[in-house]
Amino acid sequence: MTETGIAESGTAPGEPLVVLKGVNKHFGDLHVLKDIDLTVHQGEVVVVIGPSGSGKSTLCRTINRLETFESGSITIGGVELPEEGKALAQLRADVGMVFQSFNLFHHKTILENVTMGPVKVRKMKPEDAKKLATELLERVGVGHQANKYPAQLSGGQQQRVAIARSLAMRPSVMLFDEPTSALDPEMVNEVLDVMVQLAKAGMTMIVVTHEMGFARKAGDRVVFMSEGSIVEDNTPEEFFTNPQSNRAKDFLGKILTH
Amino acid sequence: MLELIERFDFFSAVWMTVKLTLWAALGSLILGTFIAVLRLSPIKVLQWAGSTYVTVFRNTPLTVVVVAANLVIWNQLGLEVAARNATYLDDTNFRLAILALVAYHAAFVCEAIRSGVNTIPVGQAEAARSIGLTFGQNLRHIILPQAFRGAVTPLGNVLIALTKNTTVVTAIGVAQVSHAMRRMIEFRSDVLFTVFGLVALTFIVLTLPLGILTGWASEKLAVKR
Ligand SMILES: Nc1ncnc2c1ncn2[C@@H]1O[C@H](COP(=O)(O)OP(=O)(O)OP(=O)(O)O)[C@@H](O)[C@H]1O
Ligand SMILES: [Mg+2]
Repeated sequence: MTETGIAESGTAPGEPLVVLKGVNKHFGDLHVLKDIDLTVHQGEVVVVIGPSGSGKSTLCRTINRLETFESGSITIGGVELPEEGKALAQLRADVGMVFQSFNLFHHKTILENVTMGPVKVRKMKPEDAKKLATELLERVGVGHQANKYPAQLSGGQQQRVAIARSLAMRPSVMLFDEPTSALDPEMVNEVLDVMVQLAKAGMTMIVVTHEMGFARKAGDRVVFMSEGSIVEDNTPEEFFTNPQSNRAKDFLGKILTH
Repeated sequence: MLELIERFDFFSAVWMTVKLTLWAALGSLILGTFIAVLRLSPIKVLQWAGSTYVTVFRNTPLTVVVVAANLVIWNQLGLEVAARNATYLDDTNFRLAILALVAYHAAFVCEAIRSGVNTIPVGQAEAARSIGLTFGQNLRHIILPQAFRGAVTPLGNVLIALTKNTTVVTAIGVAQVSHAMRRMIEFRSDVLFTVFGLVALTFIVLTLPLGILTGWASEKLAVKR
């Protein structure tokens, strides 16, 4: 399929698309997000990296309001996230999310997984949705599996379907929360390849991952989180070769040893 | 035995049991699903209403529910649930019996459905939300279909319990199997064992296929994970 219609939003390339200002979130007494300021521009690929428990998943989940937050603001394309209800559902449709555990709908076929959103949320005609879904499944390389059920696919294939399911909503930005960490090593690359392809096509992406190869190849920026704060925000090259903070040095030391 | 069956009109008693079971099953499935939805909703008051309902009805003896339905709705409030004709009294008792059976078993249906919901990985509801499905769409397309398929066995157990629990409505004089049994014991205490045997056999015939059917269906319908 052509590259058109991948990054559809009112925002021009390079304009701020996702903007977080002073976002704070607690889980009980635990301060998981501390005054987060982050701007992701149209077409940019931001890789989020950091130790376990530093708040990376929570950051992603707050951006599409799977989690609430207490103070600060999050805007997408200049629009503040609505509180709840229909407006929020519509806005969520605009923010794709890919989870570590794929989360495909197990009682639906691969094709139905992808057409569900376009038909139910975007009110697309079933035949148009089917055409779109088929195209997207082709593009992520699982076109021939369309009539199978998720349990019949490998992890790597399921994750690629999950990406297609998100893409079918024509999101303006996509969030990936450790999309390859539940995969067997031999399947990691097939998923990363799809993501690189997407990045090249101009999709705005926020990707939580420890895959440095991906960060170097596709990332425009690396954001390093530690204990709920953004500690560094730099280009991948600079971050990996010349980390500024001790925490980042320490963390890189740990992941580079294996 | 045949003589017993004929003299006490046993077949119409069995038919009454079957009718009670079917109507009550349908009603409690609908009400129970509704209460399960309340408990799943993100709104605290609704969750509270749902769980209060379940707590109250699960912990009240069925006999009490049946008698209460009769005394409160009909005697006290004077609400009419049947037309005033020749079968007025029977109709009233029959409908109130169903109402009571529905109210009581809905609590168990609700819990069975919730156990079905627990078979669904939490991430699925989140994925559904993240593609923009509303709460209602999420329930209809993602959660409930999988919950029912995961709840076939517990729902079957509720249905079997319900079939046997219809005997309790003898308390308000609905002429089903246990009502017939009581009359047989009264008039033919000489053949007590035959009477008990007949009643036991009846319930085995009614419930055994249900057990087999749900066992088969639960495997057939299980969502492959
Ligand atoms: N629903 C929750 N309730 C309470 N605490 C939570 C909840 N979700 C996450 N936390 C806590 O918040 C902190 C941040 O969690 P988060 O999942 O965002 O970290 P992470 O950076 O994604 O870690 P990982 O690399 O392990 O995925 C952790 O200490 C975690 O235990
Ligand atoms: Mg995480």
